[in-house]
Amino acid sequence: MTAKQARQHIVKLLNKTARLDGRGLTEYRKPITIEYNISKSAEGSARVQIGETIVLAGVKMELGEPYPDTPDSGGLMVGAELLPLSNPDFESGPPGIQAIEISRVVDRAIRESKAIDVTKLCIKKGELCWTVSIDICTLNDAGNLFDAAALAALAALKNARMPARDGKKIDYKNLTDEKLPIQRLPISITVCKIADKFLVDPITEEEEVIDARLTVAIMENGEICAMQKGGDIALTLAEIEQMIGIAAEKTKELRSVLDEA
Amino acid sequence: MGELIVKEKEVVVPGEVIARGMDFLPGMGTTRQSDNIVAARIGLVNVDGRAIKLIPLSGQYLPRNGDTIIANVVDVNFSGWRVETNSAYSAMLNVKDATGDFVPKGADLTQYFDVGDYLVAKIVNVTTQMLIDLSLRGPGLRKLGEGRILKVASSKVPRIIGKKGSMVSMIKQATDTKIIVGQNGVIWISGEDPKGELTAVNTIRKIEEEAHIPGLTDRIKSYLEQITGRQLQMQENSEVMAQNE
Repeated sequence: MTAKQARQHIVKLLNKTARLDGRGLTEYRKPITIEYNISKSAEGSARVQIGETIVLAGVKMELGEPYPDTPDSGGLMVGAELLPLSNPDFESGPPGIQAIEISRVVDRAIRESKAIDVTKLCIKKGELCWTVSIDICTLNDAGNLFDAAALAALAALKNARMPARDGKKIDYKNLTDEKLPIQRLPISITVCKIADKFLVDPITEEEEVIDARLTVAIMENGEICAMQKGGDIALTLAEIEQMIGIAAEKTKELRSVLDEA
Repeated sequence: MGELIVKEKEVVVPGEVIARGMDFLPGMGTTRQSDNIVAARIGLVNVDGRAIKLIPLSGQYLPRNGDTIIANVVDVNFSGWRVETNSAYSAMLNVKDATGDFVPKGADLTQYFDVGDYLVAKIVNVTTQMLIDLSLRGPGLRKLGEGRILKVASSKVPRIIGKKGSMVSMIKQATDTKIIVGQNGVIWISGEDPKGELTAVNTIRKIEEEAHIPGLTDRIKSYLEQITGRQLQMQENSEVMAQNE
């Protein structure tokens, strides 16, 4: 149950184009940082911080058999774990609805944009291919896990190097200089609706009173490759268009961070 | 003969031996281990005759009789409301302590307070089993309007209120906000200007962080003057601050 006064207060501030922490409506928290190579055992890893929200992502490469319907492609798996240390509401154990949604939204952006050229992950058609696993861990949830997790996953993919391989044996201690076949970098932006206002990068207090949210993943060329709507209230077509507009604008900011780091 | 090992007002950490010998008695925040009085939490030593107490520097709020707190309604039942007190124990507010109205049996109590409402209430009874009764009868006790809720360590509340309310009234004066500080470390802030409100929040966070460093009032005063560009005067109010708006 949300505190009614807290919501009224947030709406009152939004009507004055202000937010609880003094930001503008479409302003991300600072700093947005990406740190690479934070895990010794992963083939690629990154730690993303947006304000006080911190998310880790790691990439592991495995050998496997291609799926029968895509014999010439490698595989992609995304998992998210919301660690209890990052938010008192998270519990350990099998992933809950929230964790599943985050991992699926991250997965969809990468998969549908064809961020990884999966055909290059195939070693022998129908027999042997690479499977890329992305694992996401939250270290601190101060709001907007979606965008932070998506950014961390991309950064970890960018950072990953193929391990040395001899036939079906992988030498994980020996990473080659070969990178993953990445063709696109889809940036996810979540736009939230509270009352009749749109905002990005919600903090925890704002997330609790959100009417609707729309996560939009946009590629370099401005094409949308994935979307996910959440929240209890329906959105009109005009609203969705407006939210996509905001998202398209904000991808530039996150993309410049990803390109720089 | 007993012997005091640390000086009065000194900071002790859990496990530290404060006094030896049976002449001393363990008070709040201390325990006896064989002959020794040992600190159970981090705090300042306070010797009161033979009893040794600790003024806690950290830790959760412990409800005490007479405290004015800000509490959140979590449940409505037949005879009243269950409210969260920002401590390990929830409290009960009975209809008869909540309103002077005649409330017929079986009336819908949500028309008074509903789940999610914040109340300024006074603790009127705490049993040894930590069953807590609240009352809304008294000046300033009521349901709160819209505003933001801030949680601070309850041990810092006296610092935020200041001597006779001087600190909090200075913040209110500087930022044009309404502020109510509950003894349980829950603070309600509301202001017409979002900027002033944010300044108030930041100031309270600063007080919380720097409460232990001497010269706090002067530092906060110059901090507020620098941000708001106003000349501030210290004023002491005789009223109890938690009820003041």
